[in-house]
Amino acid sequence: MTPKIETKNLQLYYGAHHALKGIDFSANANTVTALIGPSGCGKSTFLRCFNRMNDLIDGCDVEGQILIDGMNINDRYLNVDELRKKVGMVFQKPNPFPKSIFENVAYGLRINGINEKKILEEKVEKALKQAALWEEVKDNLKKSAMSISGGQQQRLCIARALAVEPSLVLMDEPTSALDPISTSKVEELIYQLKEKYTILIVTHNMQQAARVSDKTAFFYIGEMIEYNDTTEIFTNPKIERTQNYITGRFG
Amino acid sequence: MNKRLSQKIFFTLFRLISLMIVIVLFSILGFIIFNGAKSISWHFLTQMPTDGMTKGGIFPAIVGTLILVLGSMIFAFPVGVAAAIYMNEYVKEGPVKRFMRLMTSNLAGVPSIVFGLFGMALFVNQLHFGDSIIAGSLTLGLLALPVVIRTTEEALKQVDDSFRLASIGLGATKLQTIGKVTLPIAFPNIITGLILSIGRVSGETAPILFTVAAYFLPKLPHSIFDQVMALPYHLYVIATSGTNITESRPIAYGTALVLISIVLICNITASVIRNVLGKRNK
Ligand SMILES: Nc1ncnc2c1ncn2[C@@H]1O[C@H](COP(=O)(O)OP(=O)(O)O)[C@@H](O)[C@H]1O
Ligand SMILES: [Mg+2]
Repeated sequence: MTPKIETKNLQLYYGAHHALKGIDFSANANTVTALIGPSGCGKSTFLRCFNRMNDLIDGCDVEGQILIDGMNINDRYLNVDELRKKVGMVFQKPNPFPKSIFENVAYGLRINGINEKKILEEKVEKALKQAALWEEVKDNLKKSAMSISGGQQQRLCIARALAVEPSLVLMDEPTSALDPISTSKVEELIYQLKEKYTILIVTHNMQQAARVSDKTAFFYIGEMIEYNDTTEIFTNPKIERTQNYITGRFG
Repeated sequence: MNKRLSQKIFFTLFRLISLMIVIVLFSILGFIIFNGAKSISWHFLTQMPTDGMTKGGIFPAIVGTLILVLGSMIFAFPVGVAAAIYMNEYVKEGPVKRFMRLMTSNLAGVPSIVFGLFGMALFVNQLHFGDSIIAGSLTLGLLALPVVIRTTEEALKQVDDSFRLASIGLGATKLQTIGKVTLPIAFPNIITGLILSIGRVSGETAPILFTVAAYFLPKLPHSIFDQVMALPYHLYVIATSGTNITESRPIAYGTALVLISIVLICNITASVIRNVLGKRNK
């Protein structure tokens, strides 16, 4: 079986700073992979490789192969806008547009040229249901997205990403700005989403990684130190540095 | 000296100075209103000047100023917004951007009489527009350009990058992101800048002096190649070189009141729009 996503000898430089050092990674479809490691080790950078958001950063240079469904996306001639329609991203801080709830979810669809009201309504409802937000907002779709709670906003951002039916979803610490109740809602959601999507999630929360992910990758100063089944990583890490990190001996 | 006492003295001083600014503004307003209010009437606002501009109304000057403001904005708004979008959304930080910034702020510092002279040389003479609405509007538009560019750039800068990233992340192109996310969010502040520059432009005399303003023209223009009267120039004329300065004094104050009202209305509208639209984005 071809893995859903794969990197081969991935090197990334921010100018002279070598931020990712030869990452060989692969994840199968319909799995959740957690990326853990201390701040600044390159988790977000790694995540942004899969939708080429690093392109927006001046002086960022990426070498090696990044494969999605077997196709190398680290190619100068790739249409990145098309790529980003297939790879959804959820950011650390909820960032809904200052538009209505409906228009937030419909945004990606409109970008794709879908403007027919009936189709939009169907797809928005479907995405909001997938993001477990429908029941809470179905009577207020015209309300500003800025008026709902932070936890709801983050699920709205997830719905916005899901509406364009990506196959891969990248989440960069999606719960770090949320309260515990919202966090557990989002976690539950992630668990359900893997039926349809492949998910990469960066998290600082070890329990969260253990709860939601099938596999876990431990990063340290630009290297992927250990990558294995989540249960293995948390109960039986092979490398001392991983063990030190997950037991909280360094930060 | 005791720290608290010196704090007190300084804050009292600052408060007095702020108060003085308010007093100056209200004295000017009060003076103009006191002297001008008696001249204001329906007749004054809607009639042509008569009797060597010592009697009658200022209708053509009001219309002229409105036309010039509109004309200058039709030019300065799209050009200024486009330049600001280019500078803020496309050009990377670096020498090119610094150079463009420097040029914009230099343009803002050029005295308005120099704009007038330039407008006369380019639009009136070189391009053969003659003294005309089009020449005056373009000259005023050039004057307003740096204001529009700067306020639009400020407005765009205030748009949080997270919105741009969200849009790009959904597969939107840069242009789609600007059109559907960045500009709508920045819109209230851009409009504020526009209205403030309307206030500025409507009061300028020097740029229209050699490019469009008519000394006395008791009729409305028929095309953009006609001359018009304008409030600030009319005020200047009847206050300094009219046929009978003393007799036209009430008209001068009335004109000043109309002019200052336009500027104030622009400023107040700007802050209302900013507050109302700004809240909607919260
Ligand atoms: N835009 C950038 N420009 C230059 N260096 C960056 C940039 N973003 C991140 N870095 C550097 O790359 C390294 C990895 O950062 P990041 O991927 O954000 O780490 P993490 O998400 O694991 O905290 C850090 O040393 C950081 O300083
Ligand atoms: Mg990070």
